[in-house]
Amino acid sequence: MKILVCITHVPDTTSKIQFTENNTQFDKTGVQFIIGPYDDYALARAVELRDQTSGTLTVLNVGEAETEPTLRKALAIGADEAVRVNAFPSDSLFVANQIAHYAKEGNYDLILMGRESIDFNGGMVHGMVAEMLGIPSISPVMKLEIEGEVVKMAREIEGGKEHLEARLPLVAGCQEPIAEWKIPNMRGIMSARTKPLNVVEPVSDEVATNTVSYELPPAKGAVKLIDKDNVEELVKLLQNEAKVL
Amino acid sequence: MSILVYIEHAEGAIKKTSLEAVSYAKELAGQEGKDVTAVALGNIEESALSEAGSAGATKVLHVNDEKLNAGVIQAHADAVAQAFEKVGAQTLILAKSSLGDAVAARLSVKLKAGLVSNVVALPETNGGYKVKRSIYTGKAFAFSEITTDKKILAVKKNAVALKTDGSAAAVEALEVNLPESDFAAKITATDKAAGEISLPEADIIVSGGRGLKGAENWGLIEDLAKEMGAATGCSKPVSDSGWRPHHEHVGQTGVKVAPSLYVAVGISGAIQHLAGVNASKYIVVINKDPEAPFFKAADYGIVGDAFEILPKLTEAVKALK
Ligand SMILES: Cc1cc2nc3c(=O)[nH]c(=O)nc-3n(C[C@H](O)[C@H](O)[C@H](O)COP(=O)(O)OP(=O)(O)OC[C@H]3O[C@@H](n4cnc5c(N)ncnc54)[C@H](O)[C@@H]3O)c2cc1C
Ligand SMILES: Nc1ncnc2c1ncn2[C@@H]1O[C@H](COP(=O)(O)O)[C@@H](O)[C@H]1O
Repeated sequence: MKILVCITHVPDTTSKIQFTENNTQFDKTGVQFIIGPYDDYALARAVELRDQTSGTLTVLNVGEAETEPTLRKALAIGADEAVRVNAFPSDSLFVANQIAHYAKEGNYDLILMGRESIDFNGGMVHGMVAEMLGIPSISPVMKLEIEGEVVKMAREIEGGKEHLEARLPLVAGCQEPIAEWKIPNMRGIMSARTKPLNVVEPVSDEVATNTVSYELPPAKGAVKLIDKDNVEELVKLLQNEAKVL
Repeated sequence: MSILVYIEHAEGAIKKTSLEAVSYAKELAGQEGKDVTAVALGNIEESALSEAGSAGATKVLHVNDEKLNAGVIQAHADAVAQAFEKVGAQTLILAKSSLGDAVAARLSVKLKAGLVSNVVALPETNGGYKVKRSIYTGKAFAFSEITTDKKILAVKKNAVALKTDGSAAAVEALEVNLPESDFAAKITATDKAAGEISLPEADIIVSGGRGLKGAENWGLIEDLAKEMGAATGCSKPVSDSGWRPHHEHVGQTGVKVAPSLYVAVGISGAIQHLAGVNASKYIVVINKDPEAPFFKAADYGIVGDAFEILPKLTEAVKALK
């Protein structure tokens, strides 16, 4: 089985978000970049499925040269080869076009992604890619098993889950507990250095949106502390001041 | 001309988030001199659908087909695309949800419509079409311009206030053509806790963390939630330990919530947890550690032992009635 995992290169979840140049550029100073946490679940499950089916596993990122350490990390976790589509990921449609093109050329059976990227949180790229390829896309997937021709999945819905079955090829946007994050071991890190990381040029430059500027939310005022022996006071404040009870 | 709104329903009623999307569309339609048409899929009473009128829809197109009851994504996308063409709409509005997101993404490709998700305000339409959206899991906002003629906005909860005026929308049957391939992914079962308030839609949430010590103490959280008419949530380690089901876990890697009131009990306030709650209007924190980071994000706080405070607080809320 041929598996493609699409990963993002995003600020670590503890990063302080700031902008420069009059709020038009993301400020990378001091920011550590990681594989998107949901993409990390997708990758972990893909490694397990590759091992079970003795298939191949490719990781792909649409990004500029700075994302290569993140792709190397995915190789260290267990991918067989990496691909970087050499372009700034300007919007979801643009990214989806690149992924759909690559996936079609390579005839992938299973395309795993994260449920959403943690920078722009669109949760859209998997659905777009699947529509471009004319195949199903399921997200957010918390369980994915392959039984012969059939893929059995559980998908999270508001307040519960939905169980689904479909045939390959398909796209899935993953989240926990689909698999446990894998931490690269020494052997993985060593072998990642010699695994192929291919750079390809984008196939289309179509975009549908342009991000023009950014803004930070207003700072929060100080907390009002209430004595633990006077919880009635809290209830009064919630009722009369916040008007939420 | 109409703005089209894709509305979802559950247990025989339009979802509140979808009604908010109708309100959003109504305000936008006002700016653009248009009206609002909604589209609903699957079995539901006409009288329940006509309530979309109260939030601002003139008409509801209804595909009353049981095949569309479950969240069959491709079929929903095709049906909404056909409604879009029929109405001659240029703009589609929908509420962000697990189904809405999936449908919106496919429609964006199908209709060649620029899509912006996590929209938090009405677009600025004087010269261009600039939409404000939440990014970095609520830590910032971006202003994105849509450059295509057709547009799709997936609206976050509380982007506009839900306004209702009691009027009823006309409900009209809609016929659609759905190829068999739309049903390639088969839904075999649905597990849903009936009657439970779902987290993304909840107006009040009482959430517990590792400070609660174990699943056996969750009665304290549930009692307070019941008195407040709230849904219950938790931190990630709580669901990882199996004290609570996974779908209750709030935060960066869990559910993002936007209630009027979020009560956090025995949760330290790690940045990944805060990422899921920063759209809340008011936050109350109960923690025995005065240095817990959550107090910095809170509006009201009590420093003390949850096991002492929760029963007293539940009593005090009960006394309101
Ligand atoms: C990539 C990544 C993603 C993550 N995503 C999420 C996420 O989505 N959601 C999430 O929640 N976490 C997430 N985490 C984990 C997060 O970093 C924290 O570890 C977690 O939120 C801590 O949970 P907690 O506050 O319940 O537990 P703790 O940090 O152990 O805090 C327990 C708190 O309870 C208080 N306490 C103890 N006893 C009492 C008592 N008797 N009365 C009152 N207070 C008491 C303590 O003072 C303490 O503040 C993520 C981590 C990573 C690395
Ligand atoms: N630039 C990118 N390169 C590769 N994959 C991506 C990229 N952007 C998004 N994806 C994939 O699409 C998923 C959903 O992203 P999004 O729609 O941006 O929330 C992510 O979790 C990734 O798996």
